[in-house]
Order: sequence, then C-alpha cells, then structure tokens
Amino acid sequence: MDQNDRKIINPYGDDKDFSACGLFAAMNIAGERFSSKDVVHAMANMHDRGNGLGGGFAVYGIYPQFKDYYAFHVMYLGKDAKEKTDRILASKFDIVYDEEMQTNQKADVRDPPTVWRYFVAPKKHRPIYQTEEDYVIDAVMRVNTETGKAFVFSSGKDMGCFKGVGFPEDVAEFFCLEDYQGYLWTCHSRFPTNTPGWWGGAHPFNILDWTVIHNGELSSYGINRRYLEMHGYKCTLVTDTEVLAYAVDLLMRRQRLPVELVAKVFASPLWNEIDNMEPKMAELLRSLRQTYGSLLMNGPFGIVIAHHGEMIGLGDRIKLRPMVAGSKGDMTYISSEESAMRLVSPQLDKFWAPRGGEPVVCRLKNFKTGEEQ
Amino acid sequence: MQVPSRINPVEIDEKYEACITREDKVVKIDAADIYYRDLNAILRAVIQNSGVEKIEIYNVCGQRYIGTDLHTNIQIHIYGTPGNDLAVFNNGPQIIVHGNAQDGSGNTMNEGQIVIEGHAGDVTGHSMRGGKIFVKDNVGYRAGIHMKQYEKKVPTIVIGDVAGDFLAEYMAGGIICILGLGLKEGEKCDARFVGTGMHGGVIYERGEFLCPVAGTKVEEVDKRDMAVITKLVEEYCSHFGGNPQAILNHPFKKILPVSTRPYANLFSH
Repeated sequence: MDQNDRKIINPYGDDKDFSACGLFAAMNIAGERFSSKDVVHAMANMHDRGNGLGGGFAVYGIYPQFKDYYAFHVMYLGKDAKEKTDRILASKFDIVYDEEMQTNQKADVRDPPTVWRYFVAPKKHRPIYQTEEDYVIDAVMRVNTETGKAFVFSSGKDMGCFKGVGFPEDVAEFFCLEDYQGYLWTCHSRFPTNTPGWWGGAHPFNILDWTVIHNGELSSYGINRRYLEMHGYKCTLVTDTEVLAYAVDLLMRRQRLPVELVAKVFASPLWNEIDNMEPKMAELLRSLRQTYGSLLMNGPFGIVIAHHGEMIGLGDRIKLRPMVAGSKGDMTYISSEESAMRLVSPQLDKFWAPRGGEPVVCRLKNFKTGEEQ
Repeated sequence: MQVPSRINPVEIDEKYEACITREDKVVKIDAADIYYRDLNAILRAVIQNSGVEKIEIYNVCGQRYIGTDLHTNIQIHIYGTPGNDLAVFNNGPQIIVHGNAQDGSGNTMNEGQIVIEGHAGDVTGHSMRGGKIFVKDNVGYRAGIHMKQYEKKVPTIVIGDVAGDFLAEYMAGGIICILGLGLKEGEKCDARFVGTGMHGGVIYERGEFLCPVAGTKVEEVDKRDMAVITKLVEEYCSHFGGNPQAILNHPFKKILPVSTRPYANLFSH
C-alpha cells in the first residue's frame, strides 16, 4: 500500500481502522421520481462507515425515454477492451444509442476508467432455448470474461448502476448524479476487508435490473460461487457480494421464488429452531435448506436487494450487521444508521429495527409479484 | 471529580466559535455539520473552562463517541440522534439523549450515566464495567454483551420495554433490569438466545417474559434483590416519569448463570 492509499484510508493515523460498510436505500412507493440530493446527503453523513475504497448507487426509473432498451454501463480498464466489447455487443444486439457517460473529472475518485453507456435491443434471431433475459446475461458474461479489461456494471432496463473507487459522495459527483432522477435509490459506501478495492468491486452489484448492496462478509462465497457456475453465472469481480446478485436473479427471476422464501434460503433459521416449529413449516424450511444448501449465505451480512418496483432489506439471522428502516408518507428508507434517515426525514411516521433474517419488503403501490403476473 | 490537566491544552478552532454560546454555567453547541472529531474536541475544550456545569448539544446527527474522554461529572444534553458508540469509555459525565441512540452506547464505560429518552440500538452497554444506562423504551440485539464487575464497580442497565436477541450474551457481571412495560399481561418477549454464555451478573425481569437459554436459571427475587430493583425503578421513573409503585407492584424474577465457566469443557472431548 503506498502512502496515498494510506492517507485516504486512514487520514488521522489511527491505530485501528473503525470503518464498516454503509447502506442507504430510499423508495417512493407512488413511483414519483426524486433527485440524488437526499441520498447523497445521507451517505455523506455516514462517511466514516466507508474508507474511500468504494462507493456506488443504483437508480430505478432513470431512463424513461429509453425504457424499452437494456441500458448497459460498461467500464473500460484497458485500451483495446472497447473494440472487443463493441464487437460482442454488435453481434448480439441492435445498438440504439451509445455515448461516453457524462463524468466530472474533477471529482475526488481514484484512477477512473473510461465509462460508456449503450442502449441496446437483443437481436431478433436468437436461440430459441434462451429467454431474452438469459440471452442478455450470456452477453454480459461474455464481455466480463472474454475482453479482459471490460466490465458491464449495469445491464437493466430503465435503471442504472453507478459505482467506483472513492467515497460515495465523490462517486456521485464523478457520475454527475445530480442530473438524474429515480423512484428508488440504493447506495453503498465500502470498506473492503478481504478483496481489492477496485472499480468493478464497488457496490451495487447488478445483473439485468437486479442489484444488491451488501455490508458484511460472505464466508460461504466459495460454495455459492460453485453452485452459481453450474447455472451459467461466472464470477469475475473478485468480491463476495457478486454471488448475491446472481443468486437473487436465479431464485427470484428464473425460479420465481417469493421473496419470503428467498430470505429463508439466504438466512435460514437454525436447525434447532426448525426442529421446534410446527410440522408443516418445519418440512418447508427443511426442504429449502436441503435444496438450496449451497445458497445459504453464511457470515455476517446486511443487504438491500432491489429490482423494478421492489426493494428488500435483509440481515443475517443473528444480526451481525446493523439495519434500520423507516417510512414517511410514500417514502420508505432502509439505512445502516438511524441518524442518516433522520437527516433526510426528521419526522418519520414509522421507525423499526428489523430482526435478523426477517426481510423488509417495500413495493410500488401498483406492483405485481411474480405469481400475479 | 477533578479534571485532569492536559499536556496540550485543547483550544476551540476559530471556525466553530459561532456555534458555541455560553449562558452562565450552561454551554450550548449547535452541532449541525460539525465532524465528530471536532465536536469531541470542542467538548474537551469546553470542560476546561471553570464553572461550566451543563452542556447542551443541538442538531446532533450521527456524530460518534460523544462524551468520551471527559473524566468529569458534567451533564451533557443531546438533542437529535447521536452516532455509534455514544459515551464510549465514559468516565464521569451524565449524558441525556432527548431522542434515540444508535449502536454501541456506553461501550466499555467506566463511570457516569447515560439516559436515553427513546430506544437504543444494538450492543448497548457493550463490555460495560461501571456506571448506569437507562433506556426508556427498547434496546436492540446483544444489549449488555460481556458486562463485567469488580468489587464496587457494578455496571447497570435499566430497560423500560424489551430487548432483542442475545441479551446479556457472555455476561460476566453487573445488573440488567428489564421492565417489559410495553408488553401485555402474559405476553412474552420474542428475544432468542437470552443469556448465551452468561457466567456472571444478574438479569432482573418484571414478570417472566424472557426465555433464557439452557445454562441459565430463573429464580425468585429476595429482599436484597428487591431493594436493588426498587432503587433502579425509582431512578427510572425520575428520568422518564411514571409511578414507581405501579411498576414495582408486580412480581420480579431473576435470571442467573448456572456456571461461572460454561465453556470449561468445550474443547476437552
């Protein structure tokens, strides 16, 4: 670690680094869009939870003029990566529009890569055995694994992920987030523990319109990753949280499990608790653990999962990471700290501290779950 | 208690002078947008001024460690939501929070008092070794984790409502008094794993609403216990209102560890 790194991570020369990750999410359930102002303010208030090695935002409802197209955000960390990526994208999609993303080079972020945005539609002639979504995921995996230095960090419709190495407020400045509006924002401040602080490793992690932000550490990463690889997901971002994004896509989109059950897969009740439940519930939870044992998320975590119309907060079953929630009118918030929430909404109608393993689910008023669709 | 003299006397940064006003014995601080390090530095500087008996801090929002390193019995009123590790290593001040507290309040505190007029987050009273914490409503997970006591140092937490899982985890000493005032008659607190690894100290509960783990035992309270409980409940009511007699007019139980070394045989076979 060079001197500059040290100065960013530990400006006061403390003996110990007191950081953790910080999460904040805000959603308007009437679908009204709002700017980045409040969420960036809340993240800046939790500045000390991160250490400047990762910050990021996911915003839903930001590209209404292109809402029928997949919006790809791609970071290029090498010179020839763009040429290779363009070739892959052109072979699989009709590229409706592409541009270098608007960035503020004065922002205090480290070694920013070139970031590009594409609006694309899948080619009409595609294999019949693949759904459109699987076709898109396949393309994302190809870019991430075959180009060497290009990574698709956002691939959903009418939503976007923005992330990089810096404090969240600086990453927001870099991506000029003040120019965007969305009805759902999830935000992350990173304090990397076991894996490198690099642009692709910042949160949120995204596939299609699914995003995950995560505070904690998945000690089950190895087994989760092997299981997901069997389902075609390739982990390239060298960070544990990546498996969560793919696991959510697999369970919620492809297998259409309701969120309540997904919560029980990730944060299953302990065996001795299951033994004490009424027989039907015990059988359900036992079969979930048996079927999805490899997707049990072990270790401490607090996460916020989002996709269009819905955000879900979930903590590990023994609550080793903080999470509180609150609501005011049509707004619902999930945060690592109560103060950040009170900063943007001092008079909450409702405040609660969700229990470990119990999901906080917040949906648009007109949201239809997988089954209803 | 004497304020220890410092090798480097602390001075208040000029840019914060407008945020600080003094009226006789009371100092008022507007903490909006003051970084936690600077706020704590201001507190250290303010207590050096003679005659200050009370500090009021307004617009607090997430500043950490407020009240640490002061070593005097000054009274500090906090308006807003203080950040994590409120009064960490507290060694004297009485800190009154007119609102809610976050995680880790009273972490390793040694003396003094924290009074929270709302709820408190997880790990409240973490490794406490002295002093008292009063919480009007509920506390989060792991309140009183690893509290300890030695001779006259008996840390105490009084909780008005209920607690989250792992209350008194690895508790080695001290007193937790939990009143369950928000529960209906006969209702249980849904906290799991209460008293896991507990090997010292005592939990007093008003009724029998906790479900402690194996390794603990529930017993009737005796006269000496009631004398302690009565004092704590009276003090609770003096902070938050309410009628101590009405609260005390209910059978209390105590939860004790079965063994002082619950894990002695963990690795022996």
